[in-house]
Amino acid sequence: MSSLNAKIQDLFNEPACEKNRGKDAKARKRGCTKPLTPGAAAGGCAFDGAKIVLQPVTDVAHLVHAPLACEGNSWDNRGTASSGPTLWRTSFTTDLTELDVVMGQGERKLFKAIREIKEAYAPPAIFVYSTCVPALIGDDIEAVCKRAAEKFGLPVVPVNAPGFAGSKNLGNKLAGEALLDHVIGTAEPDDAGPYDINILGEFNLSGEFWLVKPLLDRLGIRVRASIPGDARYLDIASAHRARATMVVCSTALINLARKMEQRWDIPFFEGSFYGISGTSGALRQIARLLVKKGADSEILGRTDALIAEEETIAWQKLAAYRPRLEGKRVLLNTGGVKSWSVVHALMEIGIEIVGTSVKKSTIEDKQRIKKILKHENHMFETMAPRDLYAMLSRDEADIMLSGGRTQFIALKAKLPWLDINQERHHPYAGYDGMVELVRQIDLAIHNPVWRQVREAPPWECQPVLADESPSTNNETTAVQAINFAGTSADDLGEC
Amino acid sequence: MVRILPKTKAAAVNPLKSSQPLGAALAFLGIEGAIPLFHGSQGCTSFALVLFVRHFKEAIPLQTTAMDEVATILGGADHLEEAIVNLKGRTNPKLIGVCTTALAETRGEDFAADIANIRIKRAEELAGTEVVLANTPDFGGAIEEGWAKAVTSLIGSITRRGELPRQSNKIAILPGWNLTVADLEHLRETVESFELEPVIVPDVSGSLDGTVPDRWVATTYGGAKVDDIRELGTAVQCIAIGEHMRCPAELLHMLTDVPYALFQSLTGLKDADRFISLLSAISGKPVPAGVRRRRAQLQDALLDGHFHFGDKKIAIAAEPDQLYQLATFFVGMGCEIAAAVTTTDMSEVLEKVPADQVQIGDLGDLEALGAGADLLVTHSHGRQAAQRLGIPLMRVGFPVFDRLGSQHKLTVLYQGTRDLIFEVANIFQAKRHAPTPETLDPFRHREMPDELSSSPLARV
Repeated sequence: MSSLNAKIQDLFNEPACEKNRGKDAKARKRGCTKPLTPGAAAGGCAFDGAKIVLQPVTDVAHLVHAPLACEGNSWDNRGTASSGPTLWRTSFTTDLTELDVVMGQGERKLFKAIREIKEAYAPPAIFVYSTCVPALIGDDIEAVCKRAAEKFGLPVVPVNAPGFAGSKNLGNKLAGEALLDHVIGTAEPDDAGPYDINILGEFNLSGEFWLVKPLLDRLGIRVRASIPGDARYLDIASAHRARATMVVCSTALINLARKMEQRWDIPFFEGSFYGISGTSGALRQIARLLVKKGADSEILGRTDALIAEEETIAWQKLAAYRPRLEGKRVLLNTGGVKSWSVVHALMEIGIEIVGTSVKKSTIEDKQRIKKILKHENHMFETMAPRDLYAMLSRDEADIMLSGGRTQFIALKAKLPWLDINQERHHPYAGYDGMVELVRQIDLAIHNPVWRQVREAPPWECQPVLADESPSTNNETTAVQAINFAGTSADDLGEC
Repeated sequence: MVRILPKTKAAAVNPLKSSQPLGAALAFLGIEGAIPLFHGSQGCTSFALVLFVRHFKEAIPLQTTAMDEVATILGGADHLEEAIVNLKGRTNPKLIGVCTTALAETRGEDFAADIANIRIKRAEELAGTEVVLANTPDFGGAIEEGWAKAVTSLIGSITRRGELPRQSNKIAILPGWNLTVADLEHLRETVESFELEPVIVPDVSGSLDGTVPDRWVATTYGGAKVDDIRELGTAVQCIAIGEHMRCPAELLHMLTDVPYALFQSLTGLKDADRFISLLSAISGKPVPAGVRRRRAQLQDALLDGHFHFGDKKIAIAAEPDQLYQLATFFVGMGCEIAAAVTTTDMSEVLEKVPADQVQIGDLGDLEALGAGADLLVTHSHGRQAAQRLGIPLMRVGFPVFDRLGSQHKLTVLYQGTRDLIFEVANIFQAKRHAPTPETLDPFRHREMPDELSSSPLARV
């Protein structure tokens, strides 16, 4: 446990973290996790976070050492895509029983489970996740993994992030540490070249990285390792031979990027493939870093040419949506506005941003938000479901973009909603992804169901008529009366 | 005689189970104005919440005591108290259903005493809110056990004790977790058609039936009322559905002397007949014309449907009562149970499952045993196995996250059985292959085609 504590303390000290740089030494030591309020907490645990980051590694067997709930309630639940192996979607857990816990058979069961998986599936590696209960009863998963690795001759990677250690975000980072300690740098590629890059924190949701990869291919840039989206174990093991790193989701894996720079001199930058300008900026940065590390500088010109070409096409496609979406009001309710270029592109075609959550935004972000929002008071830290529902019911937005957690607040308020988090079904990365996002907004807003669900039933709309014919409550009579008055059936709903 | 084969593997492959506290929470979600509260780390709650949302497509009230490292070491009683008080203050629920998790139970505290203390200490603040405890560590049981424990605990803590004056038309119904919203609605209507008044506990048909309320409600907004649970002892008869409901029915009988009748399943003509006869006997009323009509429709569905079922091999993975419900249905239609997988060996109903053997295990076992079957029957997680084996999947139970409307699927009494027959027959008809010279060639069997599928499990 003490080594876990040291690791967590180290993570809280992350110098590359923008938020952390703004704190004094004392505040830094306290760490990033705010204490949770019992009875008013939301979000996953550290194990959840670790699993999210590593699970998309496609050819690895992911073994969760836990009682049933940790894996049984959560497996096969994410929309990341694989271009080949499917083993990552098979769920493995030691499913600890009361007897295992009481008799202290956890370690032995884990060892046996590793052997069973090795024999039945022969994966290139097994990732073993620790959880609350084995941590509490003192199972030494690192020792078991080490022994199993020696005995069975394959990498068995311990991921030590029990749920009670902290938040999902801490788990993300602990997963990065596990890769650093046990995987990256353990294999030498025989084809390392000057155009090799790593992408960190890209999850390939709905396969969206495949909207970007062809752009990189066109430029002759090879993705040595995408961690974790559509990754293979060997790619990650040889990631230390890349020349540059792009960090897509910085809150998750910034520590990994910085330590890879420290250890293997791989420069990194934080970028995003969301939005037009975001995608272009990322491509330029990648080319620049590669040139800095010795690639031929002609790639810069080629990159600019490709960007110009792709941007023109994308803006043309987006312009087609302007007549349909101009003046529509979007409420962004997500942890942090992950990419300003998405907002930029939405505003470019005339969409208004009427409110946004700034829970995970930096001070700089907040300044930018103030500029684009019409009303400053629509910037909120978090909003209670009840308040959010009230705001949406007052018709203050035309659509909400958020994660699945707040989905039903919008839907029950009869407001269009679009998933922009991990459970979503559409790819939004790159130039085509931005067009897809706008297309989905258009589809959501203009779906004919909104008119139908908002209409009150006809029998609740005729106070006047009810007065006129007090002798009867018969709705058929009432409807006929309206028809006689020359009112169309459509108007019945407009009360 | 059915042989029950114990689990032998160390690694569960593709779990069949959902966790025990999730089952308890589901039961509490069937009570009006309720919030289930998981006593554990926030991940325990988050995973269950996401799974509920994926299944029901509804906002689900579910909270956590958010035990951290300090609470894990020093004890979680303070977190429990803070959570209960916070929930009361924020949402004023009528019921807080505490479900313990593996983390809290491994530490091993006296939760009942903790809650009793909290209720005394905070008596004023907590007035008007029942706090009920279900001991549901994740390392034991699954949904069935969790659900049954929650209902037992509701009756044990809320129901008025002692023999009370009986209302001659009031029937207490304790449904198993595997009854859908549609099942409960249908049960209610059927009971009412005998001029009886059903009190269903828990009743997810009022809370998880997918409606659009006109305001935001932070608790459940329908379901069995706490007051109805309190007055269960005034029922003239209790009907429990599913073997796992024996324990709560037994307790109700012990506390209030209300007699109970247990139906292990309400699917199939025979069980439906028993149920209807019981209602007729209690009410002293003849069976209404509508019910007779449904029975005749089922007879006809049996006649029309049986062509498609004969000799079909079915592989089922489900918790014991649902396994029994479905296996008896399929065997009753002329099918053979090629594989039966379940979650525990503790249920007595397993003895009656019409199969040669029942494997305690997971969906990995279903995939291994079910190769060569005509139909896989389990929850949505069976989709990978179905795809690898090339066998159609009928989605039942929980979770069903990749199809809409599972809560509105009827599976009980005449009408539910009729619907099941049609659903399955249609799956078989969709899969029917046109005859070809090759498949009918009299010499084809002599070549012994390799029947092993591409599944890695099939080779084990």
